[in-house]
Amino acid sequence: MLRRQAADQLPHRTLLGLLTVLAAVLLPHLWRAPLWLTAVALALLVGRGVVSRRGWHLPPKLINLAGAGLAAVAVTAEFGTIFGRDAGVALLVLMSCLKLMETRSRRDTMIAVFLAYFLMLTHFLFDQSLLTAGYMLVTGWATTAVLIAISRRRYARLGAAEGRLAAILVVQGLPIMALLFVLFPRLPGPLWGLPDDAHSGVTGLSDSMSPGSISQLSQSDAVAFRVRFDGAPPPPQKRYWRGLVLADYNGEDWTHANVDASPRPVSKRAEPVSYTVTLEPHNERWLFALDLPANGPGTGSLSYFHERRSDEPVRETRRYTGRSYSEYRLQPELGDRLRDAYTQLPADTHQRARSLARSWAAKADSDGAVVDRALAYMRNQPFEYTLSPEPLPDDHVDGFLFETQSGFCEHYAGAFAVLMRAAGIPARVVTGYQGATESAAGDHWTVRQSDAHAWTEVWLPESGWRRVDPTNAVSPERVESGLGAAVSSDDGAPTMARGGEASWLRTMGRTWDVIDATWTGWVISYGPSRQSGFLSAIGLDETWRLVAALAGGVMAFMGLFGLVLIGQQMGARDPDPASRLWRRAQRQLAKRGIHPRAGEGPRDYAARALATAPELAATIRQVERYYLRLRYYPRPSRDDLAQLRAAVRQLARERRRTTSR
Amino acid sequence: MQHRLDELFRQAESVLLGKGDTIRLAVTCLLAQGHLLIEDRPGVGKTTLAHLLARLLGMRFQRIQFTSDLLPADILGTAVYERDTNRFVFHPGPIFAQLVLADEVNRATPKAQSALLEAMGERQVTAEGETRALPEPFFVIATQNPVSQLGTFPLPESQLDRFLMRIEIGYPERSAERELLRGQDRRRLIEHLETALPPEQLAAVQGDVEQVHCADAVIAYVQALLEHTRDSGAFRLGLSPRAGQALIAASRAWAYLDGRSAVLPEDVQAIFPHVAGHRLQPVDDDGAGASNRARQLLDQVTIP
Repeated sequence: MLRRQAADQLPHRTLLGLLTVLAAVLLPHLWRAPLWLTAVALALLVGRGVVSRRGWHLPPKLINLAGAGLAAVAVTAEFGTIFGRDAGVALLVLMSCLKLMETRSRRDTMIAVFLAYFLMLTHFLFDQSLLTAGYMLVTGWATTAVLIAISRRRYARLGAAEGRLAAILVVQGLPIMALLFVLFPRLPGPLWGLPDDAHSGVTGLSDSMSPGSISQLSQSDAVAFRVRFDGAPPPPQKRYWRGLVLADYNGEDWTHANVDASPRPVSKRAEPVSYTVTLEPHNERWLFALDLPANGPGTGSLSYFHERRSDEPVRETRRYTGRSYSEYRLQPELGDRLRDAYTQLPADTHQRARSLARSWAAKADSDGAVVDRALAYMRNQPFEYTLSPEPLPDDHVDGFLFETQSGFCEHYAGAFAVLMRAAGIPARVVTGYQGATESAAGDHWTVRQSDAHAWTEVWLPESGWRRVDPTNAVSPERVESGLGAAVSSDDGAPTMARGGEASWLRTMGRTWDVIDATWTGWVISYGPSRQSGFLSAIGLDETWRLVAALAGGVMAFMGLFGLVLIGQQMGARDPDPASRLWRRAQRQLAKRGIHPRAGEGPRDYAARALATAPELAATIRQVERYYLRLRYYPRPSRDDLAQLRAAVRQLARERRRTTSR
Repeated sequence: MQHRLDELFRQAESVLLGKGDTIRLAVTCLLAQGHLLIEDRPGVGKTTLAHLLARLLGMRFQRIQFTSDLLPADILGTAVYERDTNRFVFHPGPIFAQLVLADEVNRATPKAQSALLEAMGERQVTAEGETRALPEPFFVIATQNPVSQLGTFPLPESQLDRFLMRIEIGYPERSAERELLRGQDRRRLIEHLETALPPEQLAAVQGDVEQVHCADAVIAYVQALLEHTRDSGAFRLGLSPRAGQALIAASRAWAYLDGRSAVLPEDVQAIFPHVAGHRLQPVDDDGAGASNRARQLLDQVTIP
């Protein structure tokens, strides 16, 4: 009895394997989790290892129960709830680690392993990148190895054999995984109906602009979207990606207004540019389109301000096509009421700016001349483009224009619009992205968060709304070559935006970008609509057909696999012709009821056959004699094989003759 | 040579009635140049078998009765001071014989046991700082009572490994036992026997045994058996590569005794329980014993 207990104890090495696997599975979560949770989880993992190493007893049930209660309380204190993605995962992490403290029986260990599998899935609630998928594949393999070690009749020490078997299982599972990925019905809407907090921390533009917010965006190398142009891409100075139009100004912030009206008429001057955008989720309702987007088939809705809109917040990677005109005339007529709205400035603000603008307006003979005058002012004054401007005084427009004279696109766009409005010219701010980097493979262009930009639109009689980018006047490099060229290297521009020295980093970054784009384009963005498109293209648009294909595909794969296994067991494994002939003789004799038994030697089998079928005795002896000689004696001759073959044929003939009688 | 072996078996069976298989296994062990462990209850003829073999093979015979106070020097020998020559002279112990019967080996302390087992492994003895070769041939038959009996020191696994085979004798059959009870004292019968296979011929036979062909198919079968003991989970420890070598050596001898020049799977099966039995420890010992477990195992492994 004592022995049996010892035999059924989880070996230390296997337990260490389980702990390591669990730690690896938890790692990405711990990265995101609050510090105390990481510390507690790691302490529990290490503690379980020490308990096993020292051979201590596990803590009594009551303490575990108290620990579980405490964990729930702590999670509630941290997140305010135990539901939702973040709190739920935090609780799950803690409970999984606590579960280890009561892994006494095999069942407990199994539960710990299945928790590890489940925890693996939860990572995809946070991140669905190729890196995560690859990492989870590896941890899935390791978890399977541990599962194999603890599922043997006796616990086995985790070793190379388990790893190998797990790898085989994982590789065998891949085709089924691919099949299910393509065919399994996708749920419309966000992934698994994620709770709202799942989308916090997604970077993107906001619907208002106040000094400082865009600078934070610039620090990020994250991909905003990727573009594939149908024809030649537009020149760099035309790569403006229209996001939001901010037309309301309160003296501090520019904000976006929802106007429930159809887009203004636009007259095009050239052929449109067609392109496909793969947008990363940003949790907002706007999309980005090359300035200026037009209505057209499959382009979705356009707002009054010519912004591309989405019906739902973009919570998954989304792919859409677009058409834009780089030469256009937007809203050439502007009523007096609108004219007033677009020149409105809060009273008692920006006095110095107003007087400067008014002095320009008094001297100039047209609105266009005022615009040129203002741009010349920006160009000639010692303005500096920087991502870390000096703090601004209360009236930030006057402060920026006359005192600090340093800032980035947001400051320029905001101040410029104020100057225009003060001069009586309708003006508004547009935010979006400017620029794009060609991928290493050359098949698409990448726009990153560091390409975020803000510019101004002014309304001029006859020509309508015109894009004016004051940043371009100060720092033409920003527009033509991107952020990296415009700021000095110690100014905190991210690697991908920076030029010069770390070129290998950029090369690597670009290669990764191609891989990531492929992953996003083919895997992540394969949502309900693309699936149904693909399925109807291959004739699986009806549910029953889809189910049939799914079941048929899985069954076909399993069947194929089974055939391979059977094939391995049959002919393929036996390269020895003598052995094949012997099996043929056995099949003949099996028809007489003399079935070979497992672990029965050839001589014993022959003896049994002689006793059962004495009328075949002479031939059986011949078969046995030549088979033994060929298989077990040194240097058999070619003649022996011929003899064996003849004897086996003879046996078949005699068997048929004597059976039919 | 074969007729001499037949003669040997005929004479042996006239003494150990109805124990032909046991004798055959013991000779197999001898021909494969391994040592033999006999495990059985007292009085079934363990010692008689040893005497019998010594007589029929014409070997110098020594018997060492293992007791709890046996010292290594009692086995290996000691240096004794001689006044005439004013020197220490080594007096060889009973181990210096061609056939040594180590009776009830599990009654002695581990220290004495290891002295014997070292000598078995190395075929030489180091005593009083000098290494002395043991005679040729050198063959140890150790007997032990079943471990469950009181006052015994079971041999550890590493030392059990030094015995090529372990056999049991068992009670004689009813008719054989009746004849035994009716007949003469076995010891006296042995004294009347002639040497059937003198040592120099034994060496020649051992040489022939090594020449018995062992085909790849047999090697594959032995490997399959080894792997099964390692992977099935039925045993605490699988068989070692050395156990595999022992299996092949014993199979060769068994095939030779059957008058063949090549090993067949049946040869491996015949000796497998006796070669593997004492090297395997079943996980859940249901009392069937390791040898029976090894026998069952043969039905589970397909012969390639």
